[in-house]
Amino acid sequence: MVADKEESRDEKAADLLFGALADPTRRDIFRRAQAGRLSVSALAREYPISLAAVQKHVAVLERAELVSKHRVGRESIVRAETDALKRAHAALDRLESEWRGRIERIDRILDEDKGDS
Amino acid sequence: MPVTDVNKDLDALTMEITAEFGAGAERVWEMWSDPRQLERWWGPPSYPATFVDHDLSPGGRAAYFMTSPEGQKYHGWWRIEEAEPPRRLRFEDGFGDEEGKPNEEMPTTIATVTIAEGDGATTMSIESRFGSREEMEQVVEMGVEQGMVEALGQIDALLAGEGT
Repeated sequence: MVADKEESRDEKAADLLFGALADPTRRDIFRRAQAGRLSVSALAREYPISLAAVQKHVAVLERAELVSKHRVGRESIVRAETDALKRAHAALDRLESEWRGRIERIDRILDEDKGDS
Repeated sequence: MPVTDVNKDLDALTMEITAEFGAGAERVWEMWSDPRQLERWWGPPSYPATFVDHDLSPGGRAAYFMTSPEGQKYHGWWRIEEAEPPRRLRFEDGFGDEEGKPNEEMPTTIATVTIAEGDGATTMSIESRFGSREEMEQVVEMGVEQGMVEALGQIDALLAGEGT
């Protein structure tokens, strides 16, 4: 049982994720980023599209939290976002759902008291 | 819904959840202090918990196992750090080996329970904290992350099959 607000947030995240992965160039960029760090300019040399177009693709992947961009010197470096932050989110979400279940069960037991008296 | 608030701190690796119950603080404390009642809620219905040891005094220990639908037993333990009935309980919660002895290799979490009685309702908040980022990573690796990575892989494979 998740609050509506969180459900719509999850849905929005899913839309961004599916949208980002729906394009073959973006999937390719994401795969390359998973294999290691990439610079945007090096990426642009890989595809028959402009640097601006590559930057747009990277921005879509960034919004879907699939990659993050960092500046190193004059280079813009793209890194797959399978890292600490995402994992921390997953771990804390897991604690939340575990305790939500427990709290609901406690509430049900306390409700039974009222029925008995 | 008894849950009134949830806060997650990604830097401190803590999750705090607050709930309100229509019962007195003593009654809410009983949920923790009476092992037979504790067993009714600690584990999910498909993995009910059985407490074989239960000493809620500072320095005390509790030991339990959860039984899977297939009958497999998963052991866990608590080490009580603070206990002030009926207001406060702080304990470390960890996994046990097959004999129920604490497994030092496995990650632990620290839970701090605060119970406060107000006007006709009692608030219970639980702060759950990972021992360290490494321990958190271990917990993630044991479960959720695997499912997510697999799901992502499937989506990718599906879309790749369609597109090219």
